Formats: sequence, C-alpha cells, structure tokens
Amino acid sequence: MPTLDQLPRGARARIVDVTGDDGLSMRLLEMGVVEGEEIECLGAAPLGDPLEFFLRGYRLSLRIAEARRVVIDS
Amino acid sequence: MSATSEATSQVPLTVALLGNPNTGKSTLFNALSGMRALTGNYPGCTVEKKIGSFKVGQRKISLVDLPGTYSLAPRSLDEMVAVNVLLGRQSDSPPPDLVLCIVDASNLERHLYLVSQVLDLGHPTILALNMVDVARDRGVTINLAELSKRLGIPVIPLAAHRGEGVAPLREALVADPVRPPHRPLFPAAFEVEQTQLADWLANNGAGAFPAYLVARLLLDVGGYLEQHVSGVDPAALSKTLAAARGRLAEAGCKVPAIEARVRYAWIKTLLDGVVTRPVSRPITRSDRFDRILTHRVFGLALFALLMLVVFTAIYRWAGPLMDLCETGQGLVSELVTARTSPGPLRSLLVDGVIGGVGGVLIFLPQIVILFLFIAILEDCGYMARAAFLMDKLMTKVGLSGKSFLPLMSSFACAIPGVMATRVIENRRDRFTTILVAPLMSCSARQPVYALLIGAFVPAATIAGGWLDVQSLTLFGMTCLGAVVAIPIAWLFKATLFRGETPPFVMELPPYKWPSPRLVFSRVYASAKAFVVRAGTLIFATSILVWAAGYFPEDHTRENQLATQLETLGDQLAEPLARREALEAEASEIESRGIAPNESVAAELKSVRAELDDLAQTDLLAYDDLVTQRNQLAAALLERSYLGRMGHAIEPLVKPLGWDWKIGVGVMASFPAREVIVATLGTIYSLGGEVDAGDAGLQQALKESTWPDGRPVFSLPVALSIMVFFALCAQCASTLMVIKRETNSWFWPAFTFVYMTVLAYAAAWLTNQLATRWLA
Ligand SMILES: Nc1nc2c(ncn2[C@@H]2O[C@H](COP(=O)(O)OP(=O)(O)O)[C@@H](O)[C@H]2O)c(=O)[nH]1
Ligand SMILES: [Mg+2]
Repeated sequence: MPTLDQLPRGARARIVDVTGDDGLSMRLLEMGVVEGEEIECLGAAPLGDPLEFFLRGYRLSLRIAEARRVVIDS
Repeated sequence: MSATSEATSQVPLTVALLGNPNTGKSTLFNALSGMRALTGNYPGCTVEKKIGSFKVGQRKISLVDLPGTYSLAPRSLDEMVAVNVLLGRQSDSPPPDLVLCIVDASNLERHLYLVSQVLDLGHPTILALNMVDVARDRGVTINLAELSKRLGIPVIPLAAHRGEGVAPLREALVADPVRPPHRPLFPAAFEVEQTQLADWLANNGAGAFPAYLVARLLLDVGGYLEQHVSGVDPAALSKTLAAARGRLAEAGCKVPAIEARVRYAWIKTLLDGVVTRPVSRPITRSDRFDRILTHRVFGLALFALLMLVVFTAIYRWAGPLMDLCETGQGLVSELVTARTSPGPLRSLLVDGVIGGVGGVLIFLPQIVILFLFIAILEDCGYMARAAFLMDKLMTKVGLSGKSFLPLMSSFACAIPGVMATRVIENRRDRFTTILVAPLMSCSARQPVYALLIGAFVPAATIAGGWLDVQSLTLFGMTCLGAVVAIPIAWLFKATLFRGETPPFVMELPPYKWPSPRLVFSRVYASAKAFVVRAGTLIFATSILVWAAGYFPEDHTRENQLATQLETLGDQLAEPLARREALEAEASEIESRGIAPNESVAAELKSVRAELDDLAQTDLLAYDDLVTQRNQLAAALLERSYLGRMGHAIEPLVKPLGWDWKIGVGVMASFPAREVIVATLGTIYSLGGEVDAGDAGLQQALKESTWPDGRPVFSLPVALSIMVFFALCAQCASTLMVIKRETNSWFWPAFTFVYMTVLAYAAAWLTNQLATRWLA
C-alpha cells in the first residue's frame, strides 16, 4: 500500500491507516489523521523535508519519516 | 457590612481555561482578567502557572490558564499537569468549578477533539466559540442553537480580539452551571474493559481513580500515567494493560486508533447539519503569501534576510540602549560616590548594589528586542514556517526546526536565547537546546578576544594579503562554540534525553496581521519574568562576588588614598580637564588614518609633548597617588577571598599555561565573563577602568612574568584563554535563567559543570598543540 510521503504535490488521497502505537502515531491521530479522511499534499519545504498537507480545513506539516506512517489508498 | 467586603470574603469561582494552541486563549484571558495575572511554575515541571482574577457583579472568579494543547492524553509530566488541574488532583491548585473550553470556529472539526475529551471529565463546561469573524469570512456558517443543544452545554460566540461576545461570556460564567450529559462514545467492549480495569486498580492499591484516567490508561500506549499510578506495581499494571489492549484489538477496538476514530466520528455526527462550509477550498491571500515564503529560493532568501535583521537588531540596536543603561549606572554611581565617603558602604553600594542592578538591566534591551520579534513572528504565523524551513538542517544536528531561532539569538546573548526556547513544546528538544545555547559565542566574549588578539596574535596577513590572521582568529573563536555544540547536542540527545524522536507534526496556521496588544503583553510578560524571577538571583550573585573580592582585607589605607585623591582632584580640576581634552585630541589625530603626513605627525607630537609636560609638573603628585592606589588595589584583590581562591587554583590552571593572576581573572569572571578585562586591569595595577583596547593593559600582559622571569603570556597561552572563554559557562545570569526556565537547580548546575570541564579540556589541548606547533 502507498504511504503519504509518496503522494504527489496537489494530489489527494484517502487515509487508510496509521501504523504503530507510539507517541508519533498518537499525535497523528489526535491531529485528525484518521482512517477514511481525505488529505491533500500541498508541497514540501525548500530543503525537501518536511512536507505540507491539507486536511479537515487546516494545514499540517509532517516530516517524510512521519508521513511514511500514514497508509493511503492511491 | 458593605457589598464589596462581602464579595472579597467569598470563595472565588475557579474556572479552568483550555484550548488548542493559536485559538485566542491568551487574548480571551487578557480580555477577561486584564493584564493582572499571577504567574509561577507548577512544582517539578516547566509548565507556567498563570491565574487571573476578576469579578462578574459581586462574584469573584479566578481564571486558571492551562497550556495550549491539542489533546488531553499526557505523555510527560508537563502534559499531566493540565489533566491533574482539571481533575482537581494538583495539590497547589483548587479543583475547577467550571471548564471554559475555547475553540476556533473556522476550524471546528479538529478543535472539537479536545472538547470531546473535556466533556468526558464531566465538569460543568462552557464552549467559547472564538474567531467567528474568521469563520464568517471563510463562508463557514454555524447553527449555534443546534450545536449547543446537541452538546448539552452553553455555546458563546466570540471575536475575542475585538472584545465581542466577552460580556455575554462573563454572564454565562456565573449562571447556573450546566454539566454535559453522559454520552457513551466508545463501543461496549471498551466500556467493559474500562470497568474491569477500574476494579483491578481498586483491588491493587490505586484507591479511587477517576474514570477519565482509567480510560487514559487503556488508551495511551506508553503514556505518562502507565508508570505513575501510585500504590500500583508498574510491571503488573503493564501486564494487565497489555492483556486488556489485546482483547480490545480482537474486539475491533485497536488502541490507540480507536480513540481518534470514535471521537472524530462523534464530531462528524455532531456537526452534520450544524456547520456548512464552502465545497472547495478557496485560495486565500494567506495561501499566496505562503507560496512565496516557502518558495525554494525566495523562501530561503527571505528567511535569511529576516534572521539577519533579528540578529542585527539584538546585536547592534540593543547597543545604544545598553550604553544608556551603563551611562545611567555611571551617573547613579557618581551620585552615590559624591554623597558617601570612601569605605565599605560606598563599595557595597557602587560595586555591589548598583553594579548588580545594572548587571540585570543591561540584558533587558536584548530580551525586549528578541521577544518583540518572536511575538510578532509567532502572531503573524511565520514562526511555524521558520521551523518548517529549518527543520531539515536542524535534524542533522539532532534538534528540530524550532531550535533555530533560540540558538541564533544566543550568538548575541544566551539569556534571551534560553528564554526563547519556550517556543519548543517538546521537552527533550527544548532542554537540549537550552544546554547548548550558552556555547554560542555571545557578545560578552568579544572584549576578551579583542584584548588577547590585540596583544598576542600577530597582525600579519596570509593568502596574498586577502586574509589577516587577527580576523581569522576572531572568526575561529566565534565559530568554535557552535561547532562544538553539534557533537554535544548529539551526545545529550543520545544519553540524557534518550527516547523516540519527538514528533514534528505541526499545524501551519494561516498568516495574519499581528495584534499589537498581544505582542506588547508578551514582551512585557517576558521582561517582567526576567527581572523578577531571574534578576533577583543575578543580583544576589553580584553581591556575593563583590564580597569575595572585598573581604577580608582591611581597606582603611585604600580609603585614605581615595579621599586624598578626591581632594587633590578637586584642586587640580583644571589641569585634569586639560589632560582629558588633550588625550581626546591625540586619539582623534591617531584615528585619522594609517598614513600620517608630516603636519599630522607634528601636531600629534606637540599634543604629546604638552601631555608629558602636564604629567611632569602639575599632575606629578596626582599620578603618583593614582599609582599608589592602583598598586594597593592590586594587593588587596590578591589577598581577598577571590585572590586566595585564584592562588589556590594555580596548580589546577598551570597545565593550561596560566599563572594565578589569570586564575583570579577567570574566577572573577565566572559571574560575567566581560569582567575579566576590569579584573586584569586591577591585578596589573592599572585600576579597574581599563577597556579591552587599552594599550597599557596589553603592554602589562606582555611584560607579565613567572617568578623565574619567563613571560607568562605567549600565543599558546592567549589561545588557551580564549578557547576557555569560548566554551566556559562564565555567566551567572545565563545559569539563573536556565534555573528559571527549567524550574530546577539541577540543569544550571549541570550546564556549569559540563561547560567548565569542556572548556578546561579544550584549553589544555589548545595549549599543548599550540606550544608544539606555534611557539
Ligand atoms: N480574527 C480573529 N483573531 C483573533 C480572535 N481571537 C484572537 N485572535 C488573534 O489570534 C491570534 C492568536 O491569539 P492568542 O491569544 O495568542 O492565541 P493562543 O495561542 O490560543 O493563546 C492573535 O493574533 C489574536 O489577536 C478572533 O476572535 N478573531
Ligand atoms: Mg497564548
């Protein structure tokens, strides 16, 4: 399954799962990165990492390593 | 009995204020309680305790500001504090009668996550729906009556920055409290496990445990609570929890995802038909800004420019203000000197008290300027972008993007830098940043470098005249701390602050105009916090060091000399003024240029001649007395507690190539490194009023010898002193600020020890290597 770090700029996908059960996964879940939700990639920082996303009406920034935890559908 | 005294005698209503970051919580806090707030720390952690009081009619209300948070799932002691305050488990804080939960109306969905946790606590709750103006602008409509009905609690719309809705909110606070209805959120399987766990806890020594915390134990894998249930064996608890979570997973309630799933599902149902938003995401002005500010080229260039401005501001603009502080200090000192006779009282007042107060105030310009920038950048939304831009670079060093600004500011002064680490929420990142911040080469190190480089580094050029050795040395010294900080930060991260990498996961708020009131209140609060809570400690340190340099010697003779000098100075006012004018003229002529022509040389010569003449005639007796006083001051300092310590540590500093005089200088400059110049001036019998560029002092250093006649100072010794100053924690003010920011004496002590050891080792190594290769 693809993960969120592979989502091209400007593309959207649906969240399938957040893997792991550590502080990072909990933080992602709290911020609304939850199964079934739609998320859009807005781009990356000038140095290539972190990435910027749009979901639930706000902008969220994640490192690539963090985005890799999020399984998406396409 | 009058109505007011009745009101003052009544127990205030305790209201806890809670919300996500950037919701307008501080704005609302100020709107409700004015700027009068009591601040302090909750014991044992770095969470700021802030309580405001105000009255609605006759009812006294005390408003407890809790740190901004996205969730009530504690993973550290700091996060546990908010939960404990809400549950009335924090002993130094009364249990809240009411929870005021503030949310952003333009972004309700995510903000209601915290609300759903708050409702689980079962307290009477009021929902403050802030930023309704923003929501309206974005085309979001909210059916308030329906929302309030579905939630079962009052909902008050607000535009807190304009004070709109604050009056009805105040009324709502004192109305009959409304407890939220019980709403079973979690599936039955979870409820069963929760009941079982509550029983298990009761049977295993935990006593009465709030239902919310029982749920937290189940939900927070590796959370703070798991290890901190008093009376329960953590190993047994872990086993019980693991088993329960296993059963939950089989029942289709996988922890931790289940919580977010049920809460967000609840939010969807709650908002269905209550909130309508435009179908497509509109491209706002903020988006267009963002495209430039995070652009691959312009974004970085603008960031660099901005940082340059911030740095220049702290480094240069603060200068005139700091000079003003010093001038003020000088004036007050003169005033006191004129009104007291020489003696311990004058010395205490001038060198101890006024010096101590000055030593606190001198940092204020830098603190105010830096916090002005931070407050503006944070409030307009750029701060999050700065972290976004710099994160990749900073992760290479083991820190995060948010550490960049505090560390950069530390190049001007570590004190505002350490205070600025408050923008880093993660404790491990924040503490690592605090610990390495004093390694950055602050402006107080410059005089030391100037003195020693001027005296001992040859003014030669290399690389075909493009680079001169003195500037290169200065550059090297300035970079040294930052370079050393990289492995040190890495080491701390790998040892002291081990654990999973702190998540970056950060909201990027929309850009907007900063609110001047909020900016002002933040700058004011940080200046006040510094003066009140760190300033007192800094002041006390100055008094202590003054005493160590003054006692236990008898200063009668020195005082006599001082009195004589003062009388003589009055009599010789005219020639003394003439000399001052001549000296100014001479230095003005000298500063004109490197290629003096004949007429300039002649001019200089005649000024010098007149100066010599003055010294031989009118001022002969006066200068003689000054020399006597300076020699006496040197002797007194040598025999003071400070001087004795300097002598005592000579064996320790000898391997670095230093004699006891340097030892005393270094000891005396532990409270503030820039003191070294004045101390060396006193030790070398030149008086304490020398500055780093003083030719006399540079000469005295060059002529200083060991008892056997070998010169003390050489290039290796000068380098080893500079390296020592580059790496050592010679700044009591920084240590006191670290104490305040970490709310513990351990961390300043640790910083002091690690930096001193590091500085010593590096100075030794420098002396060894330089002796082998340079001397
Ligand atoms: N448009 C708008 N801005 C607001 C409102 N309330 C607060 N602000 C602004 O939002 C920013 C963040 O406010 P602040 O009180 O610092 O939020 P906190 O992080 O929750 O303490 C400030 O610039 C406020 O002026 C509001 O109701 N409407
Ligand atoms: Mg705030």
